Amino acid sequence: MTSTEIGPDQHDLLPGPAPVRLVDPSGHRAADPAYPMPSPDVLRALYRRMVIGRRFDQQATALTRQGRLAVYPSSHGQEACQVGAVLALGDADWLFPTYRDTVSLITRDIDPVEALTMLRGTWHCGYDPYAHRTAPQCTPLATAAPHAVGLADAARRRGDPVAALSFLGDGATSEGDAHEAFNFAAVYGSPVVFCVQNNGWAISVPLDKQTKAPTLAHKAVGYGMRGFYVDGNDAAAVYAVVSRALADARAGRGPALVECLTYRIEAHTNADDDRRYRDDSAVASWRELDPVARLEQMMLAEGVLDRPGMAAVRAEADEFAARTRDGINAEPALDPADLFTHVYAAPPPHLREQAAALAAELAESGEGA
Amino acid sequence: MSATMGEALNAAMADALAEDPSVLVFGEDVGALGGVFRVTDGLTERFGEGRCFDTPLAEAGIVGTAVGMAMYGMRPVVEMQFDAFAYPAFEQITSHVAKMRNRTRGAVGLPMVIRIPYGGAIGSVEHHCDSSEAYYTHTPGLTVVTPATPADAYSLLREAIASPDPVVFLEPKRQYRAKADVALPVRTEPMASAVVRRPGSDVTLIAYGPTVSTALAAAEAGRAEGYDIEVLDLRSLAPFDDETVCASVRRTGRALVVHEASVFGGYGAEVAARVTERCFHYLEAPVLRVGGLDIPYPPPRLESHHVPDTERVLDAIARLQWESRWTPEAAR
Repeated sequence: MTSTEIGPDQHDLLPGPAPVRLVDPSGHRAADPAYPMPSPDVLRALYRRMVIGRRFDQQATALTRQGRLAVYPSSHGQEACQVGAVLALGDADWLFPTYRDTVSLITRDIDPVEALTMLRGTWHCGYDPYAHRTAPQCTPLATAAPHAVGLADAARRRGDPVAALSFLGDGATSEGDAHEAFNFAAVYGSPVVFCVQNNGWAISVPLDKQTKAPTLAHKAVGYGMRGFYVDGNDAAAVYAVVSRALADARAGRGPALVECLTYRIEAHTNADDDRRYRDDSAVASWRELDPVARLEQMMLAEGVLDRPGMAAVRAEADEFAARTRDGINAEPALDPADLFTHVYAAPPPHLREQAAALAAELAESGEGA
Repeated sequence: MSATMGEALNAAMADALAEDPSVLVFGEDVGALGGVFRVTDGLTERFGEGRCFDTPLAEAGIVGTAVGMAMYGMRPVVEMQFDAFAYPAFEQITSHVAKMRNRTRGAVGLPMVIRIPYGGAIGSVEHHCDSSEAYYTHTPGLTVVTPATPADAYSLLREAIASPDPVVFLEPKRQYRAKADVALPVRTEPMASAVVRRPGSDVTLIAYGPTVSTALAAAEAGRAEGYDIEVLDLRSLAPFDDETVCASVRRTGRALVVHEASVFGGYGAEVAARVTERCFHYLEAPVLRVGGLDIPYPPPRLESHHVPDTERVLDAIARLQWESRWTPEAAR
């Protein structure tokens, strides 16, 4: 560009002055001229998945106390972000989750034991990414964002109407890979939606030590990408905004960055002690903004949900939690030979040697039987 | 017919692009410019922007997007402009490229090639001359190969692109313009094999990439000093061809690893250890390493002191305890 004029559409890239909200914190409908309220069926699906997600999260946390999971980063408080964004995905779309997004995995209909495999410590990724069009969870921050861009861009190059949803946390937006992913996506026009769950904390470091941007959504404009600022505790709003961003992406209108403003109710993981860096009052005020209760109140008030419906969803959530608990409590089948099988498509000679040596060691110690 | 290594690499990519629509070539300056070494010259012109294209200037982004493309069924061939410029992509390479297949129990393989011009002796400034092979060979899940001839450059790159596993393809940049008689396309030995470049009976020089020519020159010069020197070209650094290397060392009883990288903690240490573990009773002398000094790569006007040359190889050969005149025959 040789002109010093800034493009005329820069204002179209900027997020709005306040978070997009379709249900206010008191559980009442909040009209937004740009986004319609999702249909009753979608609202019921959002509610059902959030209730199951909340119950699953409690169960997983309990399993850490029993030593059945090595560690668990809780999604408590972030259900609207994970469920709202994931339910916006189409059949052929892909999800790129972070390690905290286990609720998003079960919302993707991944078996709960498979979803918890990494945290259980029996393997790294327990599900087949192709079966669920869901990339593996892993712990490096933002490194999956360029993967999402690459996959979405490969689809674009083939002419397939496929979009990718890339979850990130607020801390991850400081990583170089987030920057590179944003930039590549914008330059290529890749059909990817970056969904930043801004939960206020990167372990112990609050957002104001992470960025001086007005909002994380404002970062989008620097890449020539549209930024959206959404109430992340409003599942209807997250669903509406991400749905439109994904539809735009599939239609060739390029990537978007959606910041969902939410809060991490629990400590970073069960191994973290958040009393060392934050006081209870902030947590308490965010508990008042609970995403599940908010949607429930609105749906009850509008007759989209009734008491028997609520009870049925809770019963289903309890059943799901019980299935999760039983599955994790069952003794896992571990085969040390697996350690060598998938390092390469076919194990090279030195790995065949090491596999044989380990098998011999195990046979000698009686563990191989 | 003859071709340079750069031309052979270019032909390999062109033939792969022509044969397989899932092959994509991308990186910094690989499009209109044809790469700073011209290795991708003409590919965009011939195959279009959709198949060979310039990326933003960000190596982690190049490799990271290649991961996602490979997940979707593409076969990306990406260029890192120089060895040291690949380091921003190091996390993507070691944490994801190398581990995705294992992480997913074999569900997600990543057929992709990361081309990296490496090594020095080209009179260039800092960060353009690193021998970074040990960083990659130390990472399980990566296949690491390096050609020393135009024929191997073509054949190994074709095999790397066809591989179901990610391959770090190290190109000895000082050999880019070295010419050899070769009719392309050509297929040489399988990717995982080392080859004997020059047979000999007294000592085995184990070399790869840029030092194969150094070793061959040393072997020629050593003849005048009475040594009959065998030269091995490893070709594949990971996996390592124990069989070919050990067969040679068991015949000669002496071995020397020649590489350009710093010796301490380098790839030669692995070679020396493997040879010693497997051929101890055949060895007449310790396995020696001849390599770069244990210093950051020097400025160009001092680099001749760092890069191993014929003389340094011959000096090392002279230290191989010849007074005992051990031979396998005598030992039996």
